[in-house]
Amino acid sequence: MMQLPESLPLWLGIPVVFLLLAGSLVTLIGALGLLRLPHFYQRIHGPSITITFGTGCFLLASMLYFTGLEQRPIVHELLITAFVLLTAPVSAMLIMRAAVYRDLRNENKKATENLHQSLPKPKTD
Amino acid sequence: MKRLLPSPLLTLALLVIWLLLNQTVAPLHVLFGLLLGLIIPRLTLPLRPTQTRLRKPWVLFRLLSWSLLEILRSCFNVSRIILFRKQQDLNSQFIRVPLDLKDATGLAVLSCLINSTPGTVWVEILSDSHELSLHVFDLHDANWWIDTIKQRYERPLIEIFEQEQA
Repeated sequence: MMQLPESLPLWLGIPVVFLLLAGSLVTLIGALGLLRLPHFYQRIHGPSITITFGTGCFLLASMLYFTGLEQRPIVHELLITAFVLLTAPVSAMLIMRAAVYRDLRNENKKATENLHQSLPKPKTD
Repeated sequence: MKRLLPSPLLTLALLVIWLLLNQTVAPLHVLFGLLLGLIIPRLTLPLRPTQTRLRKPWVLFRLLSWSLLEILRSCFNVSRIILFRKQQDLNSQFIRVPLDLKDATGLAVLSCLINSTPGTVWVEILSDSHELSLHVFDLHDANWWIDTIKQRYERPLIEIFEQEQA
């Protein structure tokens, strides 16, 4: 049973609820992307909105909520933000490279054609 | 001074992390955080082969704030594409971006920023041509991407990490 805290003022509760809803919505959309997108290289982009915007909303909501609840600034969620922003890109890159090398090795025509031949020429100036 | 404090920024960061973890600014914790900040950089010195100095912190700050806006904008775009776009219309492509940035730390920051932005994933740097291979979720104009990355991301990073060449 969820007990709504008495000490949380309404003007703080509204943004907290709004942030939680926004974060949940973005997480849902990211999961939908993971589910619905047809190709691996597209699916990898789905959860990235969860990692950035979703996590950002949740952490901001957490900071506001506990700051209001305990009547003192609580900001150690900033650490989570920093570590997520440092580690998530690395895992994305590793997954991406694993997929690319798998496709190159298996000569997956559809994927590697995309990778090698239809690369647009970079502008030379 | 240089021997005692090989990387002042790292010391400061460790102190801040320690204080955030303990959620206090009590003198004892400040002291212990400082101690950690003094010992850990010295112990990990052999793990960090390249020493980098941040040259223009305000450029870094501007770059990070701009990236934050870009991340929010991309989040919105990617959500819209996932929800409303027909999958056949999606133009997911690999593109190549020629890079001038050579500094390892600068490239690491660049990869973090690009991968944090929804809709783009860094694949690798092609070692023979020093081009960055990048996967874009929905590509409209490859040259726009190349220009954006070179102007908005790479130029500030060169300013920050490779100033002596500029």
